[in-house]
Amino acid sequence: MARIGVFVCHCGTNIARTVDVKYVAEEMSKEKGVIISRDYKYMCSDPGQNIIKEYIRLYKLDRVVVASCSPLLHERTFQNTVKEEGLNPYLMEMANIREQCSWVHKDRAEATLKAIELIKMSLAKVRMNEPLFPKRTPMERKALVIGGGISGMQAALDIAMVGHPVILVERAPSIGGRMAQFDKTFPTLDCAACILTPKMVDVRSNPNIRILTYSEVESVEGYVGNFEVKIRKKARSVDMSKCTGCGECMQKCPSRVDSEFDLGLGKRKAIYIPFPQAVPNVPVIDRTHCRFFTQGKCKVCQKVCPAEAINYEQTDEIISEKIGAIVAATGFDLSDPNDYSEYGGGRYKDVINGLQFERMINASGPTEGHLKRPSDGKEPKTIVFIQCVGSRDENLGRPYCSKMCCMYTAKHAILTKEHIPDAQVYVFYIDIRAAGKNYEEFVRRAIEQYGANYLRGRVSRIFEKNGKLIVRGADTLLRSQVEIEADMVVLATALVARSDAVKVAQMLGIPYDQNRFFTEMHPKLAPVENVTAGIYLTGACQAPKDIPDSVASASGASVKVCALFANEELISDPMTAQVNPALCSLCKTCVDLCPFSAIVEEEVKRPDGRTQKQMRVIDGVCHGCGACVASCRSGAITLKGYTDQQIFSEIESLASSF
Amino acid sequence: MEAKRETEEQEKNWEPKILAFLCRWCSYAGADLTGSSRISYPANVRILRVPCSGRVNPLFILKTLRSGMDGVLVSGCHPGDCHYTAGNYNARRKFAILSNLLQYVGIDPRRVQFSWVSAAEGDKFAKVVNNVVADVKALGPNELFRLPQGGQPAPGPASAHE
Repeated sequence: MARIGVFVCHCGTNIARTVDVKYVAEEMSKEKGVIISRDYKYMCSDPGQNIIKEYIRLYKLDRVVVASCSPLLHERTFQNTVKEEGLNPYLMEMANIREQCSWVHKDRAEATLKAIELIKMSLAKVRMNEPLFPKRTPMERKALVIGGGISGMQAALDIAMVGHPVILVERAPSIGGRMAQFDKTFPTLDCAACILTPKMVDVRSNPNIRILTYSEVESVEGYVGNFEVKIRKKARSVDMSKCTGCGECMQKCPSRVDSEFDLGLGKRKAIYIPFPQAVPNVPVIDRTHCRFFTQGKCKVCQKVCPAEAINYEQTDEIISEKIGAIVAATGFDLSDPNDYSEYGGGRYKDVINGLQFERMINASGPTEGHLKRPSDGKEPKTIVFIQCVGSRDENLGRPYCSKMCCMYTAKHAILTKEHIPDAQVYVFYIDIRAAGKNYEEFVRRAIEQYGANYLRGRVSRIFEKNGKLIVRGADTLLRSQVEIEADMVVLATALVARSDAVKVAQMLGIPYDQNRFFTEMHPKLAPVENVTAGIYLTGACQAPKDIPDSVASASGASVKVCALFANEELISDPMTAQVNPALCSLCKTCVDLCPFSAIVEEEVKRPDGRTQKQMRVIDGVCHGCGACVASCRSGAITLKGYTDQQIFSEIESLASSF
Repeated sequence: MEAKRETEEQEKNWEPKILAFLCRWCSYAGADLTGSSRISYPANVRILRVPCSGRVNPLFILKTLRSGMDGVLVSGCHPGDCHYTAGNYNARRKFAILSNLLQYVGIDPRRVQFSWVSAAEGDKFAKVVNNVVADVKALGPNELFRLPQGGQPAPGPASAHE
């Protein structure tokens, strides 16, 4: 038989002015199981809480009902109060007689009667409450970061700094990501490689970070704290333990291949590192273009290698790792400018995209930093930049803004004028989005200091005439059509999700949106977390993002990982679902409904030695929403803290009041 | 005679009793905001907190009506905003099916209403309550499971036809 204490709060006059609290306390003392019932001015105050504790002691209470403000405000407070007196915190219920009673009704009689009924509901529930204990599951405090770009590297560094081991997986031969392809960064015009390479070195020299380049994550099983991850280390054909990075092999290799890093503007060898400052500084052999692997000839690299590091027999290696948390930092791709046939659809060599411009203007790029027309190698004198090529376009199903293009176009305008001071630079724009710190000033500089001509309007056509590119567009501020004879056109293409983003999302078990960006837990309040416990998002794979925001989100994701790793064990909220195997028919309706994939089928050994399939809820993953409980036809699954019996008894308590 | 006059009095002063299942993250918080904003609404509603509108089993709604209450409100987060991502969609689907069942059984489906109220919509919650109370009041007392004076809930539809 329960021993319940009821505590009715005046909350000064907030409740007492409208609800007759003394009468309510008196009436409640007549209820079944109520040993003591009293009122007090401020239940949440120290003296108020002490009364509760004293009464638990004095009257040997095993259930408490506090009738006061909203539990959303003080449930935690009173749970701690009773916990301090040795009572399980889940044996305390609150009746909201303020926000949902005294503050919304004016009639004293009505409000008092309602308060009584609300407390009776809480009494009915609390009689059915059982003590609940947070579950503790062991956890592997090792993180996996997928993607070695700036956000992935920052996340790895931040987590490693706290002392946890990190595995950083990158599918390119080197870490560095997109930033390694940039020349300068806005708004400071810092050299991208100069600020990136120290970070790359930090990552390489951090003892807690294990870098796996030319590797990809194959599969992810398990759940938060206990992921089983398989990683494929692709065969480099070069022994990393022997290679000294001297570069002889690359010098002598006879094959020339279009460079992915230079976006087709330059060539690389079949054995290559993507850029000079690569980490690790160990080349890989592109087996699809290597003469040995395609034709069985050559082998020059092996002949010239002084360290005997070339190994054609190397095979892909799949390793298995136990991981506690995963940070997705897979980055972005750029949209295909050939989506717009009116801009040439790929026919015109001198129409390039923003990243190709970066490679061209970069001193270690395919043209050694000189702006040259891809068609004839001449220096362009008139360059037209077009913003929003592929973004903000409903027709392409890409209504979003790519966020960086206004800024990098202004940067390109400035860099063009710095390289070719007498060049004419035009920028066709719809809007200028320069919202970051010092961003607006940067764009102003491009216009005022460097003389870039900004034309507000769209470009309808680009066509060739006499070796020049005619750009026909609108200048809406002058309300006229304009035609510019350009030597080169640079299209600011859209930032899009990686082509295999959906595959990655499905492998990780995380949701993605209609643009294939990974979905965060809450767009405002949880931008780096995910509904799938243990998976965190950083960088452009979540949404278009520039470098400062990517770094910030990486640090944000890292602290979430470190918070998870703060305890040796995973401590889960005890209000989770629970399966009664005796009633479960394995229909798996619950599995389909669970948004968190918290219910799994397991083989369990019976006392007689045979095995049996059973459904089990993973406590660390279950969020306690109850969707499964409401749909279980057998009534086999229950939600601790909100069982059917508890809710039915609350409903019944109201019936007897009428 | 006495009993008849009493019942007539009761009928004149009759106020619907409504139970509202509110999801802890949006609608319950929205109802709290109604209070913080000191917006008044009729005292006919009692609120039962659930973690998610998707937790609401149609049996709860049927139990509520069988217990003699005149109306039920289920309120959750707006589509796309469910704290547990999809619970409110489950609730909406169940609710649509339940509506059919109520009609079949002979309970006016307008006694059971559904709404989306976010944690920021204190005024909307008050509007919803006002609408539900007005709608259910217009439908009259829940005769099908009407509680006899001071007794147990009615055993079933057969006895209500007396």
